[in-house]
This record gives sequence, structure tokens and C-alpha cells, in this order.
Amino acid sequence: MQQLSGVLRVTRDLYRSSPSFRTGATILAILLAMGVLSLVSPYGPDDRRVVPVDRPPSLQYFFGTTSLGQDVFWLTTYAIRNSLFVAGLAVVIGRSIAVMLGSFSGYVGGAIDRVISGFTDSFIVIPRLPLLILISFMIRGSLNMLGLAVLLGLLDWAWPSKRYRSQVLTLREEDFTKTATFAGMGTLKIILREHLPFLIPFLLADAVSGFLFAIGMEVTLSVLGLSDLGSPTIGTMIYWAGYYQALLTRRFWWLVAPIVTSVLLVVAMYLLSISLGNYLDPRTRLKVLAARSTA
Amino acid sequence: MGFLKSYALPRLLQWAVVIAVGTTVTFTIPRLLPTDPVEQTLRRVSTSLLDPRAIETFRATLTDLYGLQGTPLEQYGRFWARLLKADLGPSLGAFPTPVTQIIRDGLPWTIGLLGSATLISWVLGIVVGTLAAYFPRSKWSQFVGGLLVTVYPVPYFILSLVLVMTFAYYIPLFPLVGGATGSPANLGAYVFSILQHGFLPALSLVLGGAAFRFTIARALASGVIASDAVTYAEVAGLPRRRIIFGYVLRNSLLPQVTDLALSIGALFEGALITEFVFSYPGIGYRLYTAILQSDFNMIMGITIFSIVGIATAALLIDLLYPLFDPRVRYR
Repeated sequence: MQQLSGVLRVTRDLYRSSPSFRTGATILAILLAMGVLSLVSPYGPDDRRVVPVDRPPSLQYFFGTTSLGQDVFWLTTYAIRNSLFVAGLAVVIGRSIAVMLGSFSGYVGGAIDRVISGFTDSFIVIPRLPLLILISFMIRGSLNMLGLAVLLGLLDWAWPSKRYRSQVLTLREEDFTKTATFAGMGTLKIILREHLPFLIPFLLADAVSGFLFAIGMEVTLSVLGLSDLGSPTIGTMIYWAGYYQALLTRRFWWLVAPIVTSVLLVVAMYLLSISLGNYLDPRTRLKVLAARSTA
Repeated sequence: MGFLKSYALPRLLQWAVVIAVGTTVTFTIPRLLPTDPVEQTLRRVSTSLLDPRAIETFRATLTDLYGLQGTPLEQYGRFWARLLKADLGPSLGAFPTPVTQIIRDGLPWTIGLLGSATLISWVLGIVVGTLAAYFPRSKWSQFVGGLLVTVYPVPYFILSLVLVMTFAYYIPLFPLVGGATGSPANLGAYVFSILQHGFLPALSLVLGGAAFRFTIARALASGVIASDAVTYAEVAGLPRRRIIFGYVLRNSLLPQVTDLALSIGALFEGALITEFVFSYPGIGYRLYTAILQSDFNMIMGITIFSIVGIATAALLIDLLYPLFDPRVRYR
């Protein structure tokens, strides 16, 4: 309970003091609200021919309608929900692997560490898009939202894992680690209780960069026709708009909705991560304090 | 000699490890997946091949083509034997043109686009980022910072699509598709055409790349500006230009070289995506065609080629590093 009120207080302070947090949080709240709205949508996610086709935006159809007879507004609400699900799950999977592998290799050290690090370093250099295309090409047709999220998560751990490892290497040498060891604390307990809090600021920033990767790759794979084209996501909306020549036939609203949504989503996330990073980094807080005392 | 042993050799080893890991992963994945490329291809063409005997021969040919005979270990051995001969098999979409031939045709376009965009965005990002760190309160630095922070997280595909929609479609300043028109015989017009076709694809890569470089450069330069050396130079009254370029920029340059080697893969992915959007005739566009034609061999070939190519590019940048850092050179 106490922790919850602490989180709320920090959120309020950030909202008041940081313009980038304010902008990011507002945009994200609107997008989340739209995602929640999909639960009360009058149409199902794969309903077609339920509204007149190719209507421009109007009071009745806020974002217009598609050539498939879908209402772009409600389609967008589903797209936000699905894209958030895919990206969110991919981030959780990727970060879990990264934290476990990175801290394990950092704590164990020695030959095992060298093997894991060598493997991680190689994986960082390997371009992931062709690999992703190869895999999703082979399982085309049977790749659903869940599969896509797992696939993206499995490919996005190498870079963060290297960073967690180096963080752990410094933490392991800290005095408080030795104190805890001599006090008889178990290794697992030291990691969870003493070291994890130090990793959290980086974890937050890293989660956002994983989120950007997942959103970008989802869009790319969908546009190539390699993802689950039956479910509305930001990427599949663009795919179908392209398939029905929305650009050439001047039905730009079909493309504008997913493009604007994706830009707003990633920019809001990025702004949030910048302001949170600034807040959690003690050095910037000191700078702000110094500026205040001289002013 | 010390340099070679302690710097170049480990890098070379790392290069070999990257290629070994990358190609092994590429070899393993299709064999772990439940789908069988031979059966997939057969299903696609079997309507035209009704004779069961013909289908059997075709299956044998395909199995041979995909290197799927024998135990996994034998397959792995033959896979490497073919790779070392730079043999990636024939393209199934443009049978029997070898995959390597198609890659070789696309390569100059990709290298030209990727190389120039990388160079421009690297220099631009560092210079602007350093200046923005040195003048953090000025209007333009806050404006450029805000603009690039908005561009940075936007996926490459969306960025390219918006550029195509705006500058090739609604305001037709640039051509919509292709790499160049005319023939190399009329050199002047041909070069102009290349520049005209390449401008928008390069712009989307430069914007994305420079935004990323800018954020790092600004953070690095802020650190250098706070150092005693720069404070001393300012107190000594050195010209501002010399402080910025001679001290701040120079001191924040080294991590950027290392980072370039690490991010060249991401830039390459951006180039692939940009090529789909602009139908630019490089490797990315050939990959797109391969997907449309269900050309498994081509996709496999491009994947392996990308891994080897990017690892080599990263190795070259790493080997150039001693030119910038005397500490490594004189070790």
C-alpha cells in the first residue's frame, strides 16, 4: 500500500515537473483508452462488410471506412490492443532472457561467462530482420499473435543481456555485496534484494527500446504479408490498405490512422522513458537541485 | 606485433565466431520448424505436375537442392562445404540463376545507399549532437533536439512510407520506384538519375540514423564539456570553434567508432526496409521479391549473406579503430 502511494506521488511530481512526461503520459493514456474501447466495439475484429465501403471521415465514421467495409476507428482500437499485446509480451520475454542470461553470466564468471559472452556478442552483430523473415516465411499461415510475440522476444535479448552483465560485474565488486555475503545471505537473495533495484532504471529504458523494436518489426513483417493478416494490428492495417491501393485511389484515411497511431505510440513511449530515466538517474536530479539553489 | 596479437587477432576470432554462430542458427532454425520446404514447394507446383513419377523425381531434386539428405550432421557438413565455395544454390523464382548472381546484381545498390547514408548520418549526427550539447539552451538546439527525438523512435518502414506519400506521391518531386533510368553510356544524365532516385531512400535512412547518433553524441559531449580540460580551454580563452571541434568533438569520437561497428546491422536492416518501400533495386528489394515468389533458397541465401556481410563490415570498422585511437596503436 505504501509502495503504491509512493508510485502515485512520483507520477504526480513527474507530471507536474517534466513536460516530456506530461506529453508522453497524455498520449499514451488516450491510446490505452482507445485500446480498451475495442472491448465495447459494435463490430468484431474480423467483421467485414458491416459499414458502407470507402467513406471519408465524417461524424458517423470518425476515421472513415475501408474498402472491406470496416469502420477505421473501431479497427484502430483493435489494432492498438493487438499491437500493444504483441510488443508487450515480446518485451517481457526478451527482457527475461536478457536479465537471467546477463546476470547469470556476470555472477558465474570464468569459462562459462566467456562462452555466454562470446555467443551474446555474436548475436548482437547478426542482422535480425533477414532471420525473422526466414522464420516467419517458413511458418507463414500458422503464425498467430502469440507466436509473433514469442518470436520477437526470442530475437531481442542480446544487446540488453550484455548491458546487464556489465552492471552485475560492477555490483558484484561493491562493498555491500561482500557485507551481505559475510552476513550469510544466499546468492539468490543478494541478487533479488540487493542488486535488482540497481538494475531497474536501466530495465525501464531498455524495455522501451525493446518495445520500439517489436512495434517496428511487427509493422515490417505485416507489410511483407508474413504475420497473422487476419487480426487487425498497426502493421496489418497498413498491409490491407496497401493491398487495396489506398494510396493510388486517394483513400488516404485508411493509411493515416495506423501511421499516426504508430508514431504517437512510439514517441509517447520514448518521451516517458526519457523523463523516467532522468528521474531515476541520481546525477540529473542533483543537477536540477543545483540549478534550483542558484536560481 | 603486440598490436596484432592483442587487438587484431581477437577481433578476427570474434568475426569467425559471429559467422559460425549466425550460419549455424540459420542452418538449425528451418530444421526445427514443423514445416518442410520440400513439401511446401511441391504443394505449390503439384497441380501442374500430375504424373506421380515426375513428382517423385522433383521431390528428390528438391531434397538435394535444399541439402536435406542424410543425417543432420552430414547435412551440416555439406552445408559448410557449399558455403566455403560461396555456393548458395539456384534461385527458385528465377530458376536456374544462382542466388549469388542475384545478390551480386543487387549489392552495388545496397552498398551505395547504405554506405552514403551511414557516412552522412554519422557525421551529421555527431556534429549536430556535439553542437547541441555545447549550446544546450539555444533555440535551434532545442528545436533540432525535439525534432530528432520525435523521429528517432519511429519505425523505418513508417518513416519511409510517410516520405514516399509526401514527396513522391502527393508532391511528386521524386520518382516513385527504381534505382535509375537511362543507360550508363550517357554518364551525366545517369548519375543525376541515380542521385534523384536515391535521394528519398537515403533521406529516410539519414534521418533515422542521424537521430540515433545525435542522442548518443549529445550525451557523450555533455560528459566531455563537464571535464576539466574543456573548462581550462575556456578559461584560457581558446577560440570557441577550436574548443568544440578540437576538444569536445574529438574526445567523444572514439566510442562512436565502436558504436558504428555495433549498429551497422541495424542500419542494414533499415536499408532493407527502405528498399522494399521505394522498390530500390538492392538486396532488400530482391528479398521482397523472393518473399512474393516464395523463393525459399533466395531468402536463405540473403540471410546467410547478410550475416557474413555485416560481420565483415563490423570487422573492418574495428580494424580501422587503431587509426583513431593511438592507445591501441602503440600497445
